[in-house]
Amino acid sequence: MLCQSCEKRQATTHIKTILNGELKEYNLCPECAQKLGYGSFFGNVGFDLNKLFGSFMDSFAAEKNTKRCRCCGSSFEDIAKSGKVGCAECYETFYEELQPSIQRIHGRTIHTGKLAHSAGTEVKIRNEIARYKSELQEAVKNQEFERAAELRDQIKELEKSSERVASENGGKE
Amino acid sequence: MTAKKFDTLKDVSDVVISTRIRFARNLRDYPFPCRLGNEKKCQVASIVKEAVLDSHSAVSDQFRYIQMSELTQEEAVSLVERHLVSPEFISDRQGRGLLLLNDESVSIMINEEDHIRIQVIKQDMDLDGAYDLADKIDTLLDERLNFAFNDNLGYLTQCPTNIGTGMRASLMMHLPALKRNNAMGKISASLSKLGLAIRGIYGEGTEPRGAVYQLSNQVTLGISEQEAINNLRDIAHQLITQERAARETLGKNINVLDEIYRAYGLLHYAKLVSNDECMELLSRLRFGAELGLFENIDMYTVNRLFIEIQPATLMKNIGKKLPSIERDRIRAELVRTALTHSKVPVNRRLEE
Repeated sequence: MLCQSCEKRQATTHIKTILNGELKEYNLCPECAQKLGYGSFFGNVGFDLNKLFGSFMDSFAAEKNTKRCRCCGSSFEDIAKSGKVGCAECYETFYEELQPSIQRIHGRTIHTGKLAHSAGTEVKIRNEIARYKSELQEAVKNQEFERAAELRDQIKELEKSSERVASENGGKE
Repeated sequence: MTAKKFDTLKDVSDVVISTRIRFARNLRDYPFPCRLGNEKKCQVASIVKEAVLDSHSAVSDQFRYIQMSELTQEEAVSLVERHLVSPEFISDRQGRGLLLLNDESVSIMINEEDHIRIQVIKQDMDLDGAYDLADKIDTLLDERLNFAFNDNLGYLTQCPTNIGTGMRASLMMHLPALKRNNAMGKISASLSKLGLAIRGIYGEGTEPRGAVYQLSNQVTLGISEQEAINNLRDIAHQLITQERAARETLGKNINVLDEIYRAYGLLHYAKLVSNDECMELLSRLRFGAELGLFENIDMYTVNRLFIEIQPATLMKNIGKKLPSIERDRIRAELVRTALTHSKVPVNRRLEE
């Protein structure tokens, strides 16, 4: 196949791109790909997760959805087609719509690990409980029963305060 | 000198070249970069720049800020060749900035796919060291900036493949024996089931040049940083063990030895070496060094050459643009100089 840009050299690079919301495909030789900004000295990086993610999205559902994000103006169709979420608030606006894709990509839908300082108290406690629980498992495995008992008490304490925070938050809403 | 024995996992520099930890972070109050115009991008860049440079922390005066649009093409591409920024980062340099630690072990990309990409690179396998440093810098920034974070989804990123921890941990590995045994396809398929990925770093996807691969975690939500790192370490140890076993066998294969010694000869005497050829030859040279075939060649020299012979880095170090044939000449010279004191021990020359 010949390069669609110069029509002289052999096309070796297949480019898929979104132009004004439309998917375009090109077959280019390395020189033209470089000129057009797709290639570079080091060849193509190949596999693009964004596009994979884009194809995961249910495009049928995307077309019917007319909701837009208040912060950045993205519609769910914009997100589904580009595989790019517009802003932090999009994740709340389109929480339901994004959920199936997130589940498919990661297999899980609840974060564990480091928390930003802006994280809520409830999740901070939840995180601490998870950390203590894994320490508890470790202690039991090593037959450190005194330590395990201590940890169990601490977990109970935390669970109590977690319930308290949850009910306070629930009361507010 | 006798052939090196690979009986311990402690020193893995025969397989692992470097370790990288990357965090993706975004500011809550700005749309993600794909939804930002140039002006807003510049605002984000100056906010992040100030947060790092004016933080009065121990590291802040060791960072320098680079406005990407001010670099020449060679300087920009060289940053990619040195693995300090992604190829995507230099494709459009408007509104993008880079904070670089003086020793180049930490780079903070501003307005790449996400507002902030913190990246730490360490020589050898040092996942804990790299993580600790990345974690400290992240905490420092978290105190000064308002990160986009959701209690259920964790750190929010432009691409949902990164939400949660926003962390990608990776190891750059030299796997010539597994590649030669055609084992990489199978390994790659089984790793994807474990939430990990392995891919060639140089050259096109199917036929990686130089047998240099990057092993990294893919899943970032619902798994803590520590768990992800432990998984990666476990798998890396298995790969290292497999690679070493394959080397034991291949190291006795006359075809393989022939390839290695031919590469050594070419690198010693060639006057012109292209980039692709050089990567292939250096990979064989490293394989030989890993098998203990040579004297006075260490892994770090080869690791350094892997980067220095890349076209843009080569031109940047010379200080001017060069036609391809000149690059090939200088490339050959660079390698020859690095190998000046190397030799094949007499007993090896006789026995083989």
